[in-house]
Amino acid sequence: MAIVVNRPKLTLAEKCYLPSLFAGLAITWKHLKRALFNKGIVTMQYPEEKWDANMPDWYRGAPTLVVDENGREKCVSCQLCEFICPPRAITIKPMEIPENDAWRKVEKRPEEFDIDMARCIYCGLCEEVCPEEAIFLRKDYSITGLNRAELVHDKKTLYKLGGVMKGLTFKWNELK
Amino acid sequence: MDTALILHFLTTPLVFLIWTTFLKTFILLNVVLGVVSVTVFAERKVSAFIQDRTGPNRVGIPMTLLGGKKDIPLWGLGQMIADPVKLLTKENFVPAGVNKFFFWLAPKLVLLPPLLVLAVLPFGSSLFGVEMTIANVNVGVLFIFAVTSLSVYGITIAGWASNSKFPFIGGIRSSSQMISYELSLGLSIIPIFMVCGTFNINEIVDWQIKNGWLVAPYWPHGFSLDQLLHPKDLIHSLTAGVSLERFLLWIPMMVSFVIFLVSIFAETNRLPFDLPEAEQELVGGYHTEYSSMNFASFFLGEYAAMFAGSGAIVSIFLGGWSLPIIPDGSHGWVWGLVNIGAWFAKVSVILLFMIWIRWTLPRFRYDQLMKLGWLGFFPIALFNIFLTAIILAVVHH
Repeated sequence: MAIVVNRPKLTLAEKCYLPSLFAGLAITWKHLKRALFNKGIVTMQYPEEKWDANMPDWYRGAPTLVVDENGREKCVSCQLCEFICPPRAITIKPMEIPENDAWRKVEKRPEEFDIDMARCIYCGLCEEVCPEEAIFLRKDYSITGLNRAELVHDKKTLYKLGGVMKGLTFKWNELK
Repeated sequence: MDTALILHFLTTPLVFLIWTTFLKTFILLNVVLGVVSVTVFAERKVSAFIQDRTGPNRVGIPMTLLGGKKDIPLWGLGQMIADPVKLLTKENFVPAGVNKFFFWLAPKLVLLPPLLVLAVLPFGSSLFGVEMTIANVNVGVLFIFAVTSLSVYGITIAGWASNSKFPFIGGIRSSSQMISYELSLGLSIIPIFMVCGTFNINEIVDWQIKNGWLVAPYWPHGFSLDQLLHPKDLIHSLTAGVSLERFLLWIPMMVSFVIFLVSIFAETNRLPFDLPEAEQELVGGYHTEYSSMNFASFFLGEYAAMFAGSGAIVSIFLGGWSLPIIPDGSHGWVWGLVNIGAWFAKVSVILLFMIWIRWTLPRFRYDQLMKLGWLGFFPIALFNIFLTAIILAVVHH
């Protein structure tokens, strides 16, 4: 069924555009005057001013590796993140923990852990999938480099960015 | 050859006319192209302020390039140089399938008319006895109309030669828009000829100096600086300017002014009449396929047209280079410079108004534009001519 939309009847003043023209000019003039005295400008001057302090907790920045409160690495090199990563940005070289090590029961740890930030899409699946809660997306967003090699975060960089994350970690419990 | 002989040769009337004209042309051309660059910067800055942004504020003196620690931003004034440099150094890409000759010709055709218009505009009174008009022609206003109507060729040819649909629609729109506004532009100016009795822009300016600006109904008669010391003369000159004729004529003059102003907006493709460009619908319209300096020529042409249009408005309606009380250049070169400054200041005000309007009004729809031109301004301009004639006939007898 056709719906009839009744156009509003315009008065002569509305038809000749002039009153609304002056009203519009007044509004833009108000903004211009305010901005001239440096008030009401909403632009953030990026490198000098940053929004970092207002970043929400759920912000998904660069993926990083974290250590627990005792400084021990959480990652057990299960490679689940490597397998789920949609752009295949993660490359892990696992390593068996030697027989004579005190934590032989943990079995594995990563020898090398690389995340190619040129490929990472910040989806957060690695964080979701990690059974040991070892990988977290932190708030770093300004990842830059002069070439592709610089954009590959190795294990050292990842731990540096990640820092400490407290939480329950069963693997370090000697009884379990 | 000794210097006296050279001086004698340079001051013979014909030679004097030729070299001063070349000098004036050279200086005015360079000043106007500079002003265009400043206008682009002003446009970006004003538009930013109106939208609560800061606009370009980084490009200044690049101290870091010269080994310094920190750049000097200078409120982004360096943008005026950075923009043209960017456009000049880009690749001038010519797409396959374009008509190469017309593709190259069109930007030049757009740039040429506004610069030609400047030739007849009196941008100052006189400096060292040299008249500050490049060409004082008797058909000045008609010359402006003749030349500005050529600018549509540039746009239409650009649209056609690009061999692409968006530029083509832009070109078509441009030609129909120009036709509908050229008429009311021409008709709106006829009352001015009837009042001033001349086509010569210099004479129109002279008329306004004697009788007051065409948009101002009241003007003191024979007002000058030394009268400020004699209150009696002052009061006499203030009251002598009041006349019924002036107040009656003010009505058609204001109508003419509004129509002329709006038509200049349409003529220079400025918002709300920038249908040929319409970047949201036509991806830039007639200059979609252009890049580098060819694109810059369109840009330059548009802003030069804005400048020339503002110059025409100022010269015809706002008293040209004249300011109340300020004497003309025959009283000393300082006053000559002041007059030139006054003209440029008035033109800047109109340019700022154009920018202000751009960020206030949305674009007209195609049919609304035609309707406004043919059913709005055309009859009003016609009626205005008769109104002026009646006022002149009744008041004079």
